[in-house]
Amino acid sequence: MIAYLVFFASIVLILGLLTLGLNLQWGFTGLFNAGVVGFYAIGAYTHAILTAAPQPQYIGNFGLPWLVGVLAAMAATALAGWLIGLVTIRLRGDYLAIATFGVAVSIQLVSLNWEPLTGGPQGLTRIAKPLAPLFETPFGFNLWFLGLMIAILAATYWALDRVLMSPWGRVLKAIREDETAAVALGKSARRFRLEAFVLGSALMGLAGALYVSFIGFVSPFDFLPIVTFQVWAMLIVGGSGNNRGALLGALVVWTIWAGSGVLVTKLVPPSRAAQGAAIQVILIGLLLMLVLLFRPRGLIGEAAVVSRHVSD
Amino acid sequence: MVLQALADGIFTGAVIALGAIGVTFTLGIMRFANFAHSELLTWGAYIALFVVAFIGPGTPTGPLSFGWQLLAAALLAAVVTGLAAWTVDAFVFRRLRRRGAMPLTMVFAAFGAALVMRHLVVLVWGHESRYYTRELQMAVELLPGVRVLPDQIFILGLALAAMISLHAFLAWSRTGIAMRAMAESPALAQVCGVEVEAVVRLTWIISGALAALAGVFVGLTPQLHPEIGFNLLLSLFAAAILGGTGSLPGAVVGGFLVGLGENLSLLVISPGYKGAMPFLLLLAILIVRPQGIFGDKV
Repeated sequence: MIAYLVFFASIVLILGLLTLGLNLQWGFTGLFNAGVVGFYAIGAYTHAILTAAPQPQYIGNFGLPWLVGVLAAMAATALAGWLIGLVTIRLRGDYLAIATFGVAVSIQLVSLNWEPLTGGPQGLTRIAKPLAPLFETPFGFNLWFLGLMIAILAATYWALDRVLMSPWGRVLKAIREDETAAVALGKSARRFRLEAFVLGSALMGLAGALYVSFIGFVSPFDFLPIVTFQVWAMLIVGGSGNNRGALLGALVVWTIWAGSGVLVTKLVPPSRAAQGAAIQVILIGLLLMLVLLFRPRGLIGEAAVVSRHVSD
Repeated sequence: MVLQALADGIFTGAVIALGAIGVTFTLGIMRFANFAHSELLTWGAYIALFVVAFIGPGTPTGPLSFGWQLLAAALLAAVVTGLAAWTVDAFVFRRLRRRGAMPLTMVFAAFGAALVMRHLVVLVWGHESRYYTRELQMAVELLPGVRVLPDQIFILGLALAAMISLHAFLAWSRTGIAMRAMAESPALAQVCGVEVEAVVRLTWIISGALAALAGVFVGLTPQLHPEIGFNLLLSLFAAAILGGTGSLPGAVVGGFLVGLGENLSLLVISPGYKGAMPFLLLLAILIVRPQGIFGDKV
């Protein structure tokens, strides 16, 4: 049980990181990324291709150190976000949604079909894990990884907090609230949005690299479109525009997902496994719609910010 | 080879065009990207399957693989799916509209609706592929080296008939003109006495009905599975944006261009990447002419 909880907590923290990335894009900047899983997968595959143990049949598998993989994953995802943002951010909001959705579809096809690079449906194994040789048991490693995740998440949370309080972060909110006013003050809405989009993408790439370096292999079936919907549900349920809400949402939604999974396997006969899985997804969809309809601010919601110059 | 790809592209294009009409209407009239639209195709296909389970697909008529029963099932599916689309609107989108929700809030509501709709189909029918009819039919050689199924030609004809009647409706009927006015400018349309909710209701019914026909056509050539709609979603968006949002001729031309693009690309790329073609087309459009062929604003 403890072993499972340690594993569960690490997954929640990785998803929390993904949700923080989305919150920067949607919650603070109003950019609709409908291809979260695509960016997550770019990070995951970049890390896998760079760090997996060399094998003759693959182009990649460079066997590079863990840290190199993580940093490159962030850089590659940031680059992808920049390219997509460059084309779509100046257009109406839902075009970004459609284009990012397209990114996710295309990445999925590449991961399934470009076997010499991605391993195709089998994926890649023996991916660098942080300091793995020091741990004799999987439980020991999982415990260390949980500690590492807590540290990374705390650092990211703190850094985002600083960034959002900085002049840059205040401009983001200003643009989201009233673009015309912000532009009239000389801020380039397009540039700030693009920067926030790229930064959010980099966080998603980081989450992807951490996920594969936690489980040690990469499989295209861990990056299905449903992940995008789950992460959106986390952000909306928790409360977009609030990083604590994003993390709480990750915990709540993943608990519901994993819990309903356990219930479904107990109650639904194996011959009906597809129907059981469908029930899980329907729950996520209903949750998303019900929160939008009845509690649009989510569990926590964005805190009102009052200028520190206004006292009492 | 090229001629065969062109023929295949035209048939795929007809189906994409039917689906893209609904997408372009929601983008133009309701002003949001409806990610749940693809599920209306799936629903239409499975509602027709449900009807066929009772009345059978009919004995093959002439060179076709089905009889009048399947056509009746398709029409019934179109009506039911149209009403279903309107019901989803009443339960979800209308409430958000009344609250003055932003268009992007509608987009996630559509996400949620899409998940629920698609997986309800899985819940009832499972993941297995299904068929309307097990009849085999012979491809006919239309031109040297170009083989098509009689079903495909029939579908193309039916799709074109649906598009032309819709065009006539939009061009000449009072309600049709009101719909176009809404797509141009909702505020002006309202000032001129257009009843917004009535237009919205009609838009959903038409979008749903055409999506259902597209779904049945995909299911007929050759099979149904719960992802038939979802797999087409990107093609539908690409077609709608390529044509220019809110424009019926745009969606039709866009649909055929996307269908042709997807099939011609197979001459040079491996079939595994076919699904990424609409995305590349979409990016090209957004870079070169984001307002689309027939559009004049973004």
